[in-house]
Amino acid sequence: MQTRREMLAHSATVAGLLATAGLLPQTALAAWPQAAFEAKTMADAAKALGGGAPAPSGDVTITGPDIAENGAVVPVGAATTLPGVKQLLLLVEKNPSVLAAVFNVTDAVEANFNTRVKMGQSSNVYAVAMMADGKVLYAQKEIKVTLGGCGG
Amino acid sequence: MADPMRIRAQAAGDKTTVRVLMSHEMETGQRKDSAGKPIPAWFIQEVTTAHNGKTVMTAQWGPSVAKNPFLQFNVKGAKAGDKITVSWVDNKGDKRTDEATVS
Repeated sequence: MQTRREMLAHSATVAGLLATAGLLPQTALAAWPQAAFEAKTMADAAKALGGGAPAPSGDVTITGPDIAENGAVVPVGAATTLPGVKQLLLLVEKNPSVLAAVFNVTDAVEANFNTRVKMGQSSNVYAVAMMADGKVLYAQKEIKVTLGGCGG
Repeated sequence: MADPMRIRAQAAGDKTTVRVLMSHEMETGQRKDSAGKPIPAWFIQEVTTAHNGKTVMTAQWGPSVAKNPFLQFNVKGAKAGDKITVSWVDNKGDKRTDEATVS
């Protein structure tokens, strides 16, 4: 026979398991691409979002400082002038999960987004354009961080 | 409920530059508190922006986006007096929507 206390303990465990598996309704929100955000490399992130192998391109631009004093707030921007871009991605190579943000581009907005990211240490930052025809184009920039923004 | 966002939308020619400052902890889940226990992740996952009620841009964010996130983008064809709506949902299901008028 199960006591009420055991029951509660069990349901808490199950709820915890569900939450980690991303099965609870609020964590399984909309189309948040969990696999892409867990990717450890740019190629994996691009693949998780349905793109091919990334290739460097001069038509994608990344903006950001050369040296960031505070890794907790690094202003970066991704932009492209190419037509037919579906998504713009921002990635930080040496963060625990490389993908920082995905912007879905429509006809009504320019493919030009600025935001701020956290960086654990000096690393390359990528702007990746996912094209409608499946091509993946990227630009990279090295940003040096004097004070890390993750951990501690 | 989270604090309101600060949204500024400024028309210049045939496009409008929108700047948004959201108020959110953006906890990565990597940090530990003073007792050595990990602090659970808490961050904005989904951002939706609309121009006069029509969705123009959506974004999915990971925990790498900085605390109190800043976002800037350009809306084509928006003019003074138009409404820009920005909403976000975080990984705890909390959400917030704010509206601004293009100036």
